[in-house]
Amino acid sequence: MAELLRTHPLEGWSTRVERLPDTVRITVEPYVAMVDVRLGAVPAEASAALGVDLPTTPNTWVPAGTGRAVWFGPDEWLLTSTTEAPEELEARVRAAVVPLGGSATDVSAQRIGLRLTGARVRDVLAKGCSIDLHPRVFGRGSSAQTTLGQAGVVLLALSDAGDDHGVLVRSSLAGYLADWLLDAALEFTTTPAS
Amino acid sequence: MQLIACPWCGPREEVEFSYGGQAHVPYPDDPGALSDEEWAHYVFFRANPKGRFAERWKHSAGCRRWFNAIRDTATYRFERVYRLDDPKPVIP
Repeated sequence: MAELLRTHPLEGWSTRVERLPDTVRITVEPYVAMVDVRLGAVPAEASAALGVDLPTTPNTWVPAGTGRAVWFGPDEWLLTSTTEAPEELEARVRAAVVPLGGSATDVSAQRIGLRLTGARVRDVLAKGCSIDLHPRVFGRGSSAQTTLGQAGVVLLALSDAGDDHGVLVRSSLAGYLADWLLDAALEFTTTPAS
Repeated sequence: MQLIACPWCGPREEVEFSYGGQAHVPYPDDPGALSDEEWAHYVFFRANPKGRFAERWKHSAGCRRWFNAIRDTATYRFERVYRLDDPKPVIP
């Protein structure tokens, strides 16, 4: 039987992405463990058991250990971890929220992360996203579930200067989004990116 | 493009939303007692006013939550949005 090697959906894009200038830098992030949490309310026990105060303000995220806790809805969050294995994270979160009537599901394979840094990334994002990403209203700690181009994404503001954004996109749409971003960044490149 | 104010996420582009038809259609108290005609009325018959209409919408590309909105079917203007557990506003 053929050996199945784990591949990253954007492996084939690495060369073209690396050619982008620092003003529109796209970094493909490695796999990150992610768990989708459903919980009707956030009692103090939940914060203690999870080790993080789940954000209850819409469109925000907070640091959670090595990862993040992203608001997804009034009763839904995405917890990520860069150090735990997906099954470890799922088991830990499940143990914390199930006694409170919640649920936790491993969704690590659903999305991959891109990191967009540079002075012009807001201009690139603005080509396919109607949300105001100015740091005055979309500073560090803001998040948004929206569409970028035709792909559904989660945008995370990682700096207060508006020059550092995380983008979570479904794995199957990652290639499309990478192509879209390369095309949108074309006018900010000094040499052809492809 | 028109922006629709999701009660959770705030103003977003209209393409992020999907339509759910007339709001505040109560499930029958005793479905088994309905005649076929009464059941058909519950399932298929909806108001179709010209003017302000209470509708269900869903923020499909965002928080994926249902909410209600008062929309003017003649002008397409959203008069107000409110959460599912809020009472139906008085439509003038």
